[in-house]
Amino acid sequence: MEAKPANPKRRILLAKAAIWLIGLAPPVWLTTALFRRTLGINPVETIILVEGRWTLVFLLATLAVTPIRRLTGWNRIVQLRRLLGLFAFFHACVHFLSYVGIDHLFALSIIVEDVLERRYITAGFTALVLLVPLAVTSTKGWIRRLGKRWQRLHRLSYVAASLGVLHFYWKVKADTFWPLVAAVTLAGLFAVRLAYRRTPRGRFSGRTG
Amino acid sequence: MIIKVTKNSDIPSSEITSESVYINRRKFLGASAGIGAATFLGAGKAQAATQDDEPNTWEEITSYNNFYEFGTGKDDPSKYAPSRLVTDPWTVKVDGLCNNPADYHLEDFIKPSTIEDRTYRLRCVEAWSMVVPWRGFPLMDVINRADPTAAAKYVAFETLWDPVQMPERSWRPRIDWPYREGLRLDEARNPLSLLVTGLYGKDLPAQNGAPLRLAVPWKYGFKSIKSIVRITFTEDQPPTTWATQTPREYGFYSNVNPDVDHPRWSQKTEKRIDSSRLFGSRRIDTQFLNGYADEVAHLYEGMDLRKNF
Repeated sequence: MEAKPANPKRRILLAKAAIWLIGLAPPVWLTTALFRRTLGINPVETIILVEGRWTLVFLLATLAVTPIRRLTGWNRIVQLRRLLGLFAFFHACVHFLSYVGIDHLFALSIIVEDVLERRYITAGFTALVLLVPLAVTSTKGWIRRLGKRWQRLHRLSYVAASLGVLHFYWKVKADTFWPLVAAVTLAGLFAVRLAYRRTPRGRFSGRTG
Repeated sequence: MIIKVTKNSDIPSSEITSESVYINRRKFLGASAGIGAATFLGAGKAQAATQDDEPNTWEEITSYNNFYEFGTGKDDPSKYAPSRLVTDPWTVKVDGLCNNPADYHLEDFIKPSTIEDRTYRLRCVEAWSMVVPWRGFPLMDVINRADPTAAAKYVAFETLWDPVQMPERSWRPRIDWPYREGLRLDEARNPLSLLVTGLYGKDLPAQNGAPLRLAVPWKYGFKSIKSIVRITFTEDQPPTTWATQTPREYGFYSNVNPDVDHPRWSQKTEKRIDSSRLFGSRRIDTQFLNGYADEVAHLYEGMDLRKNF
């Protein structure tokens, strides 16, 4: 950390620009590679896998904002949270639409059966559904309108992330390494939150999260 | 479910042997249209080879593989197996309940048999599929030579397990190596059961299970065990890797069946790999016993295939 950032606003701006770049890169790269035929033998599978992984990365990044803020005291980092969360939702949508549209060609009967009967899809689909109200209420207007209730509502992001990790864990056939990495990360983030919850409030200025 | 039993069509070897027409794919396709059933695709002779059953390309077959000893990614086997798997010298042990147990050098193991080219559908339990022009010889040959005793009811197979050739990538899936598979003796004796030594008329690439693998086209792909080092005749049903690992999801039989779903996904349809398409595949309906019901349905007469999945 610099001793005295010349302009703290600039740092947030740069971080936001980086999030936009990282957030848009996967679909841009996937589309380019798809047309250049470099996505491997089963591109649909690659697209779904890559987008699923980025959904989890952005979900965990969103949930990391508050713990990082608590641990470092960098309060302005909250300003990144909405963007991170919306990118998580964006990748979840691309992931889901790839499965529905290009994998199953909108064969609704198969998709409905999957959602109802296959527990890993039930978990993933529920996670996506939970993200919808969070994305909708992420605007300044909704934050103001909901007041205290907004925070309570947005705790659903932990439920969505847990279901997302479960979806990942149940999907793999034998190699549970990365699902477990995601689970441990999520548990760690949650633990930091709980630990700080017990300490006296009001230690930090700025908006609470 | 009691399956409807159709008459077993015994196919003379002259009919299942096709010419080596694999100089290039186009030429093969032209030729195969002419010889039709000779490529062994359809269920008997009634079903003409359709556009759905064009053989997959060499590239598709050799770069999209499941061979977990070399990693769980579909491109791991083609990345790691060719440089690491030593296939020469190769010994195959034949043992168990048979009158002629022996350790064979691969060459001696193959030599007595007539090598044939056979194009089979390959349906993975993960719901993708390909059409593969294998080269090999009937598993029956090996069984006849080994001469199983009257007590033998099953054949067990084992893949090479060598942590030096299959290094650090293989600890992550917690699988109890070596990889094991098995067939009932009558399944193994079915003329469709093929021991594979080649692909497209060439030697079998490492990632496809060199130098010796099985092809049982009416069962999900994982039954077609790769890089075989041991064949054992047993009285009891032998433990098989996936059925041991996840018994809820994988059974001993693992016959392709659109009416028996995998607990985590539907088996009604499949993605036929086709890299000429933008998205690399097309959805087609999965056929009962992968379209080989005429040849093998009689093996399961009176069996509940939902229970014996």
